[in-house]
Parts: sequence; C-alpha cells; structure tokens
Amino acid sequence: MIYWNSFADFLAMGGYGFYVWGSFGVTVLIMALEPITAARTQKLTIARLKRQLRAENRNTAE
Amino acid sequence: MTDRFNLYRYASPATFYPLAGRMIPYFAALSVLFGLAGLYLGMLVAPTDFQQGEGYRIIFIHVPASWMSMFIYLVMAFWAAIGLAFNTRLSGMMTQALAPTGALMAFLSLWTGALWGKPMWGAWWVWDARLTSELILLFLYIGFMALTAAIDDPKRADKAGGLLLLVGVVNVPIIYFSVKWWNTLHQGSSVNLTKSSMAQTMLWGMLLMALCFWMYAIAVALLRARTIMLERERHTDWVKAELAGVER
Repeated sequence: MIYWNSFADFLAMGGYGFYVWGSFGVTVLIMALEPITAARTQKLTIARLKRQLRAENRNTAE
Repeated sequence: MTDRFNLYRYASPATFYPLAGRMIPYFAALSVLFGLAGLYLGMLVAPTDFQQGEGYRIIFIHVPASWMSMFIYLVMAFWAAIGLAFNTRLSGMMTQALAPTGALMAFLSLWTGALWGKPMWGAWWVWDARLTSELILLFLYIGFMALTAAIDDPKRADKAGGLLLLVGVVNVPIIYFSVKWWNTLHQGSSVNLTKSSMAQTMLWGMLLMALCFWMYAIAVALLRARTIMLERERHTDWVKAELAGVER
C-alpha cells in the first residue's frame, strides 16, 4: 500500500524535497499559529471585558 | 401560537454565540480527521505523477488553499450583501471573522504555487492571468481588513468594507475561468464533475484535504466570530450575563 521504499526516499521526494516540504512546512505553521492566535485574542478580550464590567458595576454601586 | 422553529433566531448573536461555541470542537475534530486521511492517501499511498515526479504532491495543499481562498471571499460577499440589504448585526461580524483566514489561504495558494512553479516552470513567479488575479484576491483581503480597521464606528466600517467586498467579487470568476479565457502558463483544472485526469488515490487525497481545509476555516472563523460578538455586544445584557457566568 505504502508507495515509499524507505523513510529517506519519503524525505527526498524524488529530488523535490525542498519544494514539497517548504510548502507543507509553511502551511502547517500557519494552520497551527492562526487558531492559537485567535484563541489567545479571545482569552485577552474576555479578561478585558470582565475588568471593564467590574469597573462599571463598582461605579454604579457607589 | 405554536412555538415553531425559527431560522431568524440564529441570526441573533445571543443565540449564535453559544451555538458556535458548541460546534467549534466538532469542526476542529473533523478537520484533523480529514487532514490525517488526506495526508495518508496523498503523501504515503498515491503513486508518482509521470510528468511532474514527486513535486506534484504540492497540489494536495495548493488546490484546497486556492479553492478556500475563493470560496471564503464568496461567503464574505454574501454576508456583505445581506448586511447592506437587511442591516443585520451578524453579517459584519462574519465578514470580519472570515477575512484573516481568507487572506492566509490566498497567501498559501501563492506560496505553494511559487514552490511548485520554480522546479516545474523554472520561475517562482510569472505575470500569468491566474497568478495575477489570485494576487489581486490577496490584496482585496488585505484592503478589506485595512479599510475596516481604519474606521472606528463598526457600522460604518461594515458598510465601507461590504461595498469593497461586493465590488471585488468580480475577481473570483476571473480567477476561476482565467485558465480557459486566456492562454495561461498555469495548467487547466485537473478536477471536474464529469471526468477527472487524476488517478483515484490522488483525487481522493485532494478531496479529503479540501474537506480538511474547509472544516478548519469554519472552526477558526467561528472562534474569531465569538470574540468579535463579545466585543461588539459588550453593552448588552446577554454579554454581561455571559461574562458573569464565565467568572463563576
């Protein structure tokens, strides 16, 4: 089933290794960083909005 | 009056927010599953291409990224049209949430295309109709994000951005049909509904990767949409309740 004879063959990609892994590497990097960045923004936004809400509630209570 | 199912209910951020939160893990899981299956078929099982050697394997990400870059733009233009016509709150949030993912897909399409072009054509870049119109798509995404970021009032930002999206939508059919309309260096489509010029394993590998990218884009756009909803609706009762609930 597996097309490759060895792991070295797989890495070499018939001489196209640089181009194939350069494509997949950047794609994996972007598709890992984008969700991490989005999740981090969400966390920071929720924390900031909660701070603002608490400050508002304090002001109205006084 | 009977309590019937109402689609409009889901256009309200207060209903959409928890629904999106529940759906994200499923889309993320589907993306990983489709991705693993697609990579297994495409990178380990599929045979070599008789013309392009192993370099052809770049298409397993190049084609899905290009499809998504065009599809996401169409979805954004659809939301922009809805927003301009009916003044719905959700539309502007959706265009904002989708834009960065669309831009990244357009970038990946150009990046992987350059890495494919160098060994196959001998050039990283040529001013070919397909490549140039895809570059314009990337600029449209960047232009949309820059324009909406420059306008402080979200409603006005949505309107200006929506107009840009609707004007720019003419570019999508130009990209898609460029290989037919002009004599391009970029090859024609290898996949179509009636016949495909690809081997079965290659075709399945590519379709699975396309599904992986599709589910990925939905998951990350919903994640971003939820953040935008909290930010824009922060003065409403439901957001205040949501924030108080998170605090407990």
